[in-house]
Amino acid sequence: MPREGILVNNPIERLSGEQVRQIHDASIEILDDPGLLCFNKNAAEIFQSHGAAVTSVSGSDTPCWTVKIPEKLVTDALEKAPKTVTLGARNPDNALVMKGDEAKVFFITGSETNMWLDVDFPTYVNKSDPKKEIKIPEFKPRRGMVADLCDSAHVCEHLETVDGYIRTVNIQDKDITEDNKDVNKFFACLNNTTKHVMSGLTTLSQLDNVVKMAEMIAGGPDKLKENPLISFITCLVKSPLQFVDDTTETFMEVCKRGLPIVVSSSPQAGTSAPIKEAGIMAQINAEVLAGITLGQLVNEGTPVLYGSVPVRARMDTLGDSYGSIETSQYNIDCVQMARFYKLPNYSTSGVSDIKIPGQQSSIERLFSDIVVALSGPQFLHCAFGLLDCNSVFCLLQAVLDDAHFQMIKFFLKSPRINEQELETVKKQIREAVVTPQKMFINYIRPVMRSGEISPPYPFEGDGDSDDVFALANERLQELRAKSVEHIDPDTTARIFREIPGLLPRLNVYKGDK
Amino acid sequence: MSGDIIEAIKENVIQGRVTRDDEGIEEDTIGQPGVTELVNEALASGVDVSDIINNGLTASMTVVGQKFENEEYYIPDMLASAEAVGVAMEILKPHLAKSGVKPRGKILIATVKGDMHEIGKNIVSILLRGAGYNVIDLGNDVETQDIVKAVREEKPDFLGLSALLTSTMVNMEDTIKALKENGLRDKVKIIIGGAPVSQEYAERIGADGYGADGFHAVSMIETLNGGD
Repeated sequence: MPREGILVNNPIERLSGEQVRQIHDASIEILDDPGLLCFNKNAAEIFQSHGAAVTSVSGSDTPCWTVKIPEKLVTDALEKAPKTVTLGARNPDNALVMKGDEAKVFFITGSETNMWLDVDFPTYVNKSDPKKEIKIPEFKPRRGMVADLCDSAHVCEHLETVDGYIRTVNIQDKDITEDNKDVNKFFACLNNTTKHVMSGLTTLSQLDNVVKMAEMIAGGPDKLKENPLISFITCLVKSPLQFVDDTTETFMEVCKRGLPIVVSSSPQAGTSAPIKEAGIMAQINAEVLAGITLGQLVNEGTPVLYGSVPVRARMDTLGDSYGSIETSQYNIDCVQMARFYKLPNYSTSGVSDIKIPGQQSSIERLFSDIVVALSGPQFLHCAFGLLDCNSVFCLLQAVLDDAHFQMIKFFLKSPRINEQELETVKKQIREAVVTPQKMFINYIRPVMRSGEISPPYPFEGDGDSDDVFALANERLQELRAKSVEHIDPDTTARIFREIPGLLPRLNVYKGDK
Repeated sequence: MSGDIIEAIKENVIQGRVTRDDEGIEEDTIGQPGVTELVNEALASGVDVSDIINNGLTASMTVVGQKFENEEYYIPDMLASAEAVGVAMEILKPHLAKSGVKPRGKILIATVKGDMHEIGKNIVSILLRGAGYNVIDLGNDVETQDIVKAVREEKPDFLGLSALLTSTMVNMEDTIKALKENGLRDKVKIIIGGAPVSQEYAERIGADGYGADGFHAVSMIETLNGGD
């Protein structure tokens, strides 16, 4: 049985049906005029062979073509793209089945960051009263390493609300190179979580090694097709409207292999897209549609997710502002557009602008987590642990986020109101009002034991002090102490024998005879 | 036989089952005798009242208290068990004198004049009954002279006063003054409780104690009653 996800019964919508149609029409028009700049020759040729108007751009430093995609190509591709995408898992019970017309949300970790945030709790002594001591969390950023990626995957395996795992940290060990990064990052993830693993690819040359590794774990090429325990994410279209050479090539190669892939676009309103909502929506939708169209031209039936990572620019720095309210608005709009096409949506929430966990982080991430989750994206790339606009990952924050998602999941449970329930409570009311105390406490217990009452915030202190970080850290250490079901010894041995570039220290059985 | 029924009483107090119609924590208990039926059965069988109280009721509340401390039980569980003990004590009340069991004490409890809030007061009542006290609940919005009258007539060991509002807490002080004026203040120990009051306020108005919550109120009374 795959993971349940959480069904949003009445997803919130910002756009009217007419506005959805208007955005679609504007995107179709943009795909034809001005069209896209394509820096990948193969993609330009594919578009041309299927009837797109392709012209070489003269005077460009690098070879480049203008591609004007006719509406028919787009609508055909939207028809051919699967409306249900299954993301498999090493443990098949952790598979995710995403239906484009069903607002069932799965919560998945967030993007690759360069920085890893350690946390320590040094003791501070009150100067005027040295007997008074308090522990205050101190956050120390450093470059991410492969051991951190293993640690993160391990903890996320045990975080109840994490449905799937996107690699959280860029591995920057001295012995990690461009050529061995992909195999090591995929292995580090797959060996430490039995949930679905998604990642981008650093080097196309490693795609076959990564797929081969996944086939070994799944039990063969056919088994991997049945249970695609890995998937990929590519930003093949750089905003505004440019097919990037290398990621477009990677995208097409993944499509040829039939593995699930996210067509992701991340325009920034104000710089790489218009600041107005109508503008960024028409553009991001055009960019994603262009990617989906290419994918279906390369390999009809390729499972794709409509990927949206729109963001508004900060007015003070023109950097990304994931904490801005507009960013959530754009994401909800994108969920609606994907639902209009009946395609599963990869959406974004929960990224904060600040660099460390704290009040700003909690407020920004919880706001977007709630509103975007309520719009019903299937794949909510919900930024567990992400800070500083996708630049910093902190496991303590991921543990805190898990508590947020437990609240959101509880909130999204269906109302428990029906004739039988009403008969029961009418009886309770009639019974209670004639007792001297007129209380309903006697009826709490069965409800409490059935799990129908939301649990208290798990990191609540004694009421006089805010112990959230310390308690979350205790929880983090408990999760780290739990064991993880690694890939079995025989498969691990085969992977290390046949896949070049894996770091020997990642072999958990290397000390075994 | 005696041991079996005492054990059954104990188990049903722990489960918080007052009658056979109550659900316990374990499944499929509805229809099985609850504390009411079991205590009546024990009395009919001639089981010693002190045995029922000490080995059935008190022992079970010790277990319940441990479960609460271990966070295995929550307040609704604790209250269900306390209510079961309170009901058992009502059944046993006529038998206490002849069995030589010393009553634990009589407590009058009321929410003071002008205040309609009574959840806290009701919870304290249940817990006190569960601890074996004879609790007389005067209700909410009780006129000061009615409290004075009840103290005079019932001669309680303790008076519990509750208020939720800053505007009504002053009536606690008025009540204590009225008891003094009627020569009754020294005949009863007074405990106050409620969101706006505090230990400091209790001392200021001349109360004997302050209960921060229901459990604290019970332990305060136990202490003032000469217990541990």
